[in-house]
Amino acid sequence: MLKINNLHASVEDKSILKGINLEIKAGEVHAIMGPNGSGKSTLASVVAGKEEYEVTDGTILLEGEDIEELAAEERAHKGIFLSFQYPVEIPGVSVTNFMKTAINANRKAKGLEDMPANEMLKLIREKSEMLEIDRKFLSRSLNEGFSGGEKKRNEIFQMAMLEPKLAILDETDSGLDIDALRIVANGVNKLKSKDNAVLVITHYQRLLDYIVPDFVHVLYNGKIVKSGGKELAHELEEKGYDWIKEEVNA
Amino acid sequence: MSKYTEDDLREELKTKEYEYGFYTDIKSDTFPIGLNEDIVRAISKKKEEPEWMTQWRLEAFKVWQEMQEPDWANVHYKKPDFQAIAYYSAPTSVDPNKTLDDVDPDLLAMYKKLGISVDEQKKMNNIAMDIVVDSVSVATTFKKTLAEKGIIFMSISEAIKEHPELVKKYLGTVVPQKDNFYAALNSAVFSDGSFCYIPKGVKCPMELSTYFRINQAGTGQFERTLVIADEGSYVSYLEGCTAPSRDENQLHAAVVELIALDDAEIKYSTVQNWFPGNAEGKGGVYNFVTKRGLCEKNAKISWTQVETGSAVTWKYPSCVLKGDNSVGEFYSIAVTNNYQQADTGTKMIHLGKNTKSTIISKGISAGKSQNSYRGLVQVSSRAENARNFSQCDSLLMGNECGAHTFPYIEAKNKTAQIEHEATTSKIGEDQIFYCNQRGIDTEKAIALIVNGFSKDVLNKLPMEFAVEAQKLLEISLEGSVG
Ligand SMILES: Nc1ncnc2c1ncn2[C@@H]1O[C@H](COP(=O)(O)OP(=O)(O)OP(=O)(O)O)[C@@H](O)[C@H]1O
Ligand SMILES: [Mg+2]
Repeated sequence: MLKINNLHASVEDKSILKGINLEIKAGEVHAIMGPNGSGKSTLASVVAGKEEYEVTDGTILLEGEDIEELAAEERAHKGIFLSFQYPVEIPGVSVTNFMKTAINANRKAKGLEDMPANEMLKLIREKSEMLEIDRKFLSRSLNEGFSGGEKKRNEIFQMAMLEPKLAILDETDSGLDIDALRIVANGVNKLKSKDNAVLVITHYQRLLDYIVPDFVHVLYNGKIVKSGGKELAHELEEKGYDWIKEEVNA
Repeated sequence: MSKYTEDDLREELKTKEYEYGFYTDIKSDTFPIGLNEDIVRAISKKKEEPEWMTQWRLEAFKVWQEMQEPDWANVHYKKPDFQAIAYYSAPTSVDPNKTLDDVDPDLLAMYKKLGISVDEQKKMNNIAMDIVVDSVSVATTFKKTLAEKGIIFMSISEAIKEHPELVKKYLGTVVPQKDNFYAALNSAVFSDGSFCYIPKGVKCPMELSTYFRINQAGTGQFERTLVIADEGSYVSYLEGCTAPSRDENQLHAAVVELIALDDAEIKYSTVQNWFPGNAEGKGGVYNFVTKRGLCEKNAKISWTQVETGSAVTWKYPSCVLKGDNSVGEFYSIAVTNNYQQADTGTKMIHLGKNTKSTIISKGISAGKSQNSYRGLVQVSSRAENARNFSQCDSLLMGNECGAHTFPYIEAKNKTAQIEHEATTSKIGEDQIFYCNQRGIDTEKAIALIVNGFSKDVLNKLPMEFAVEAQKLLEISLEGSVG
C-alpha cells in the first residue's frame, strides 16, 4: 500500500525528516510513537502532500506509484486521508456542506456524477450514528468553537464518510474522553478491512488497546529508530523514551 | 372605412413620414459627443417627454455644471472627460450578421459556468434569437399578474408618459438633482431605467426583476430607477442579471430612489458584475452610483448587494429613517480582484424615534485590489432611542491587496446605541491544505471559504439569486491564488 524509502524532508531549510523507511501493507495497522518534535506530524503532512514541506531525498510510493508530483487533493483522490492533530476552522461552512463538497470532489475525480441528495443523506445518517454524533452538530461551522474532543470525533466522521485506503490518524486520541475514545476507536475498527491500512500516531498505549497495531515504530529526531510488535508500545509506556535515546546516541 | 377622409389620409401620411424620419435618425445615431443644454433638451425630446421633465433635466444640468467631481473616495482613476462622451445612443439593435462565434470566448466560457441559456446569451450580446417565444410569454404572464394587483412596473420613460403624476411627485425627492456630482449628471441625461409602484396594502407576489426587461431597458449608462411602496405594501426588487456583460461604456452613473411609505417594506437586491478590466487592470467600467431609500413611519428598507464587477466602484446605498420606528438594513459583499478598486458602504440617517439600522459588510480582496468600506451612521437630535449595529469583515487573499474600513459616527442624541465590530482575516494556507486533503482543489476551497465568510449576506438574497451569486463569487476569484 504505502512504501517510504529513505525520505528526507525539510521546511524553511530546516531538515526534519532524515531518512525514513516504512512499508505498510494492505490490511495492516501501524503505530508511530515518539517524543514531541520528533517529526511525526511532519511525516504525516509530507505523505499527504503539504506544499511547504520540501522532499529533499527519497521516495513515497502509493500502491507502487510515486506520488511525489501529485498535489494534496490528487493524493486524497487516490485514497490518502489525514486526521489532523489540529483540525482547522472554516467559519460559515457547515460540516454537512463541507462533506458534500469533499465527497463530490472525490467523485468528480473518479469521473462520477454528484452523489444524489438522498444517498448523501443516508450516508450522513449512517456514519453519524456510528460515531454517535448529534445531528445538530452537522449544521455547525466546521470546527469553529468545537471542543478538542469534538474536533477529533469530527475528523473520524469525515474519514468514515470518505472511506480512504490509507488513513493516517495524527493524535486522534488526544482530547477524547474515555467513552469517546472507545466510540472513535470502534468506528475506525469498523472501517478496517483487508484492502485498506491505518497509520496511527499516538503518545499513549491506551488507544492501541482498541486499535491493535501489527507494528509499532519509534520516530526520534527524524528517523525511525526502533520497530516492533504491539508489546513495544507497552514497553514505551512503562519506560519512556530515554533508553531509546541512549541506544541511538550510543 | 367610409369615414376615411382626405384629412385622415394626410394625417396618416404625416405620421408615416415622421416615423420614417425618426427611424433614420436613430440609425444614423446623430448625437454628437459632448454635453450642453441643447443635448439635454434633445435627449428629452427624443424620449418625447413632457415639458416639466425637460425643465427638471435642465435644472439638474445647471447645478452639475457648477459642481466638482468628488475625490474623497479611496480610489484612483483617470477622470473621465465628460465632453468626450456621447449622451444618447440609439437603443442597441440586433445585428443580423452577428453570431455567438463573434463573442469573446472568455465571456462564453463564463456564461457556460453560470448556466446561462444560449438565448439569454444572444440577448445579452444583441444577437438575433431563433426562439423568442419563451421570454416573451414569461414577460406577458408576468405583466398580467402584476396588473391584476394594480402594480405598475415599467420603464421610467414609459412611466413619465403614462403616470406623470407619480413620477412628478416622487422623482428627486430622495436623491435631489443637486445631491452630488454624478447624481446631477444622471438627472440631466438619464437614458432609461425602471419604475415600480406598489399600491396600498399590496404584497407583490413575485420578485420584481429587471432581468425580465433586459431587452426593454438595456443597461443604460445613466440608469434611473424609482420604486414606490405605498402604505402597508411589500416588494422585493432584484436589480441586475448575474451574467457578466462586457459593456463598452466606460462610465456608469446610475441613480436609484426608493420610497417606503408608512408600514411599507422594500427589499432591494443587486448583483453587479460589470466588466472589471482584465488581469493587467486595463479597461473596465467605472461605476458611480447613488442609491438611497426613504422610510416613513414603521417602514423598512433592506439593501442587499453583491458587487464583483467594475474597475472602479463608488457606491453607498443609504437609508433615510425619517419615520418613527423605521428600519434600515444594508448587507453587502464586495469582491475585488486583480486591479479593481471598490469604495462602498452605506449611510444610515436616523431622523425618527426608535429607528433601527443594521449594517453587515463583507469585503473580499484578492490580487492587487483595494477594497474600502465607508459607512456613516448619523443620529439626529430628535431621534430618541436610535439603534445601530455595524459589522465589517474583511477577508484578504495574498499579500498585495488591501482592505480599509472607514466608519463614521455622528450621534446628536444621547440615547443612541451604536455598536461597531470589525474583523480582518486572511485565507490561511492551513485552511486550504485542510480542504485539499479532503480532495477539494484550491479553487473550490477558496470558493468554499469565501462563501462561508459571506454566508450572513448570501442568506439575505432571494434563493435563486443566492445560488447564482455564489457561482459568481467563485468565478470572480478564479486564478487569485497559486
Ligand atoms: N512549518 C514549520 N516551520 C518550522 N518548523 C517546523 C514546521 N513544522 C514542523 N516544524 C518543526 O519540526 C519539528 C517536528 O515537528 P512535528 O510537528 O512533526 O513533531 P511531532 O513529532 O508531531 O510532535 P508532537 O508530538 O508534539 O505532535 C519540530 O521541531 C517543529 O518545530
Ligand atoms: Mg504532531
